[in-house]
Amino acid sequence: MNKIVEKEQFSENVFKLVVEAPDVAVSRKAGHFVIIKIGDKGERIPLTIAGSNPDKGTIDLVIQRVGVTSHKLTSLNVGDEITDLVGPLGKATHIEKFGTVLAACGGVGTAPMLPIIEALKKAGNKVITVLAARNKELIILEDQVRQFSDEVVIMTDDGSYGTKGLVTKGMEDIINREKVDKSIVIGPAIMMKFAALTTKKYNIPTEASLNTIMVDGTGMCGACRISVGGKTKFVCVDGPEFDAHQVDFDEMLMRLGAYKNEEVRAFEAYMNN
Amino acid sequence: MENITDYYKSERAQEWRADIRKSVKVKERTSKERTKMPEQEPTVRNKNSLEVNLGLTEKIALKEAQRCIDCPDPTCVKGCPVNIYIPKFIKKIEIGDFLGAATVLKDTNTLPAVCGRVCPQEKQCEAQCFYTIKLNQPAVAIGFLERFAADYERNSGKTAIPEVAEPNGIKVASIGSGPASLAWSADMVKMGYDVTVFEALHEIGGVLKYGIPEFRLPNSVVDFEIDNLEKMGVKFVKNFVVGKTATIDDLRAKGFKAFFVGSGAGLPRFMNIPGENSIGIFSSNEYLTRVNLMGAAKDDYDTPVIIGKNVAVVGGGNTAMDSVRTAKRLGAERAMIIYRRSREEMPARLEEVHHAIDEEIEFLNLNNPVEYIADDKGRVQKVVLQKMELGEPDASGRRRPIPIEGSEYEIEVDEVVVAVGVSPNPLIPATVAGLETTKWGTIVVNDDLQSSVEDIFAGGDIVRGGATVILAMGDGRKAAEAMDKYIKEKIKN
Ligand SMILES: Cc1cc2nc3c(=O)[nH]c(=O)nc-3n(C[C@H](O)[C@H](O)[C@H](O)COP(=O)(O)OP(=O)(O)OC[C@H]3O[C@@H](n4cnc5c(N)ncnc54)[C@H](O)[C@@H]3O)c2cc1C
Ligand SMILES: Cc1cc2nc3c(=O)[nH]c(=O)nc-3n(C[C@H](O)[C@H](O)[C@H](O)COP(=O)(O)OP(=O)(O)OC[C@H]3O[C@@H](n4cnc5c(N)ncnc54)[C@H](O)[C@@H]3O)c2cc1C
Ligand code: FES
Repeated sequence: MNKIVEKEQFSENVFKLVVEAPDVAVSRKAGHFVIIKIGDKGERIPLTIAGSNPDKGTIDLVIQRVGVTSHKLTSLNVGDEITDLVGPLGKATHIEKFGTVLAACGGVGTAPMLPIIEALKKAGNKVITVLAARNKELIILEDQVRQFSDEVVIMTDDGSYGTKGLVTKGMEDIINREKVDKSIVIGPAIMMKFAALTTKKYNIPTEASLNTIMVDGTGMCGACRISVGGKTKFVCVDGPEFDAHQVDFDEMLMRLGAYKNEEVRAFEAYMNN
Repeated sequence: MENITDYYKSERAQEWRADIRKSVKVKERTSKERTKMPEQEPTVRNKNSLEVNLGLTEKIALKEAQRCIDCPDPTCVKGCPVNIYIPKFIKKIEIGDFLGAATVLKDTNTLPAVCGRVCPQEKQCEAQCFYTIKLNQPAVAIGFLERFAADYERNSGKTAIPEVAEPNGIKVASIGSGPASLAWSADMVKMGYDVTVFEALHEIGGVLKYGIPEFRLPNSVVDFEIDNLEKMGVKFVKNFVVGKTATIDDLRAKGFKAFFVGSGAGLPRFMNIPGENSIGIFSSNEYLTRVNLMGAAKDDYDTPVIIGKNVAVVGGGNTAMDSVRTAKRLGAERAMIIYRRSREEMPARLEEVHHAIDEEIEFLNLNNPVEYIADDKGRVQKVVLQKMELGEPDASGRRRPIPIEGSEYEIEVDEVVVAVGVSPNPLIPATVAGLETTKWGTIVVNDDLQSSVEDIFAGGDIVRGGATVILAMGDGRKAAEAMDKYIKEKIKN
């Protein structure tokens, strides 16, 4: 059982929870995630550790409400407990001094990006971050991102904030302006697919953090499998970060839809209750 | 025990044993037919998740116990990986002392109610039974009787919680909570150690919980044993991945003096054939975990699972049988086994194969998938099968399957479960410096089950690759004995 000690709402569907998890708070590194489960009948879902406070023994989670479990989680309040929480899982991000790093975040992808840019900045990189979302409402964690970025570019689909346009436009403007040594992209699979295509054009080594469907998160089931460079990899133990130019995003997008019908049905049942 | 043969002799000479032996003539004993296990009707049970085998009644158990002639040289005991003193427990049943029978079982077997249900008896004790080797008749139903005695004890409400020694305050830990670790923890706590079991998942029990289905091994049977261990003082910590949440070094710093690695062989293998990542194709681990551990087939559980109409399960082991019978129970019209060898070579327990046949499972033996074809949404639609024939025996002693060129054909499937084996979990070897492993990733141990790192012992599937519950359990017990010696030596020096 892990108690929720703080809760903050970033936008209509995005929340931050600070959760007690003393062991995880100490051992986690940028790029790690946890798996949580709510109630005896709940499902296990993966969430990136967006930050931690080892002294207080807490970790930060930023959750976008999409289906049943994320709704259940974000409807918990301070003092409530998360039934099961395990981590830190996955491989930590490889951090070194690359030079100039272009970090591209789509939507709630900003949350997992935060600890990564923090580590990159501390390693002496110049960090340029593109924050992209459909509209102003959905741009989250801007202040925190600014703390660890040399420059922040904001892109919205509808132009309600920052520059109007997709994440790829923001990225290309920077790539055309100055030399970029490394890129990291995190967001919805479709966004990562196009972000990866963009950096490939310019031969910029790029990592993507993949958010496949998972069950155990310890390499036991293969639910999270994807093809990278023609080989099957398990995102939970071999990733979640991979060479974005090698990832078969079409296959990943397809696999993300595996339970679409079941998810929609479950969500309707949940909302009607 | 000076000499095991002398022990058997003196035990067998005891008055009660001699009396019961004499009470029925050998000829009369051997003229009785082997008991059939009462079971749910095949066409009823293949639609529910209740246990298939209902267990023997007292009357049937007594009758079956009479078949055992109480051999002077009990060959069955040698067939048992943990050398349960089989004639003694069976004769206890024959005199009606069912609790006494359970006590005999527990002398060497920590989990008799589990083993009575899942051991491959036909390859172990029953293969070495007098009836099998001398009379060429069906063996005494040792497994059924083991289950009977263990269930009797559990249901009697008189299960004695074993005595534990005065706490010695020495902290020891296991990694994993499968049968190997459970057996280890029981023996360690009995010796007075401060025992913690760390488990990565949110449930204790390893494969007994997430793998083997309810219709073969009800969770309540496993939970009962776990409750008893808790009462004896074993601490269970769930949601704790050793090597991630904390490393073995971290645990050493917290005062743990020795470790037992029982992390199992939980990594699924795939065949790496085209189309294998299509939607609807699962590893058996994923399929069984969704259904058994996550309750996916029940309405009020959140985890989804795809319910197939035409389900193909690839493989011939227990895992394949469990998967295909699960698929049938979830409503598959066709639930098929696809196995590249013939039925004789299938490694599954014989009883499971028979049960599967009765439950209208189709067997496509001497067939091997070579490709999967998906529809435009990426959902599996067809499997391309190649026919096989058997050649010369291979290293495993079984005849090697050889593909027949040009024999490929397609069948329609909407769900596929791949059950072609598992590999050891690499996490512990990867996070402990100096821990020696084989090229297959299993941990190397000496005869005392001690690894190349002196305070780390290991057993079960992480040492053997995919093996059995009884072997895992036997390893746990052996490691406990060796670990106790190791710790006592350490303290002396
Ligand atoms: C390593 C990893 C880290 C993650 N970190 C975070 C995080 O920090 N914050 C966060 O909000 N989410 C994160 N996710 C995604 C999160 O796990 C899913 O959003 C969650 O499982 C959805 O569960 P649900 O029951 O609410 O919705 P479901 O009912 O399962 O799904 C509802 C809808 O969301 C879509 N969906 C389902 N799973 C995913 C997914 N993995 N990615 C994108 N869409 C999905 C479905 O197609 C469906 O349309 C992460 C995923 C992974 C693998
Ligand atoms: C579907 C299926 C059916 C089977 N049927 C039979 C049968 O009928 N008869 C039979 O004898 N055998 C059967 N087996 C095989 C038998 O279950 C195994 O041989 C046995 O369970 C091995 O026991 P174990 O204790 O070594 O490991 P497991 O039971 O595999 O348990 C290992 C546990 O360790 C945990 N773990 C792993 N790494 C870590 C870590 N780093 N930190 C914390 N925890 C960790 C895992 O989550 C798991 O719970 C079957 C197996 C399967 C999969
Ligand atoms: S989530 Fe099960 S193997 Fe990755």
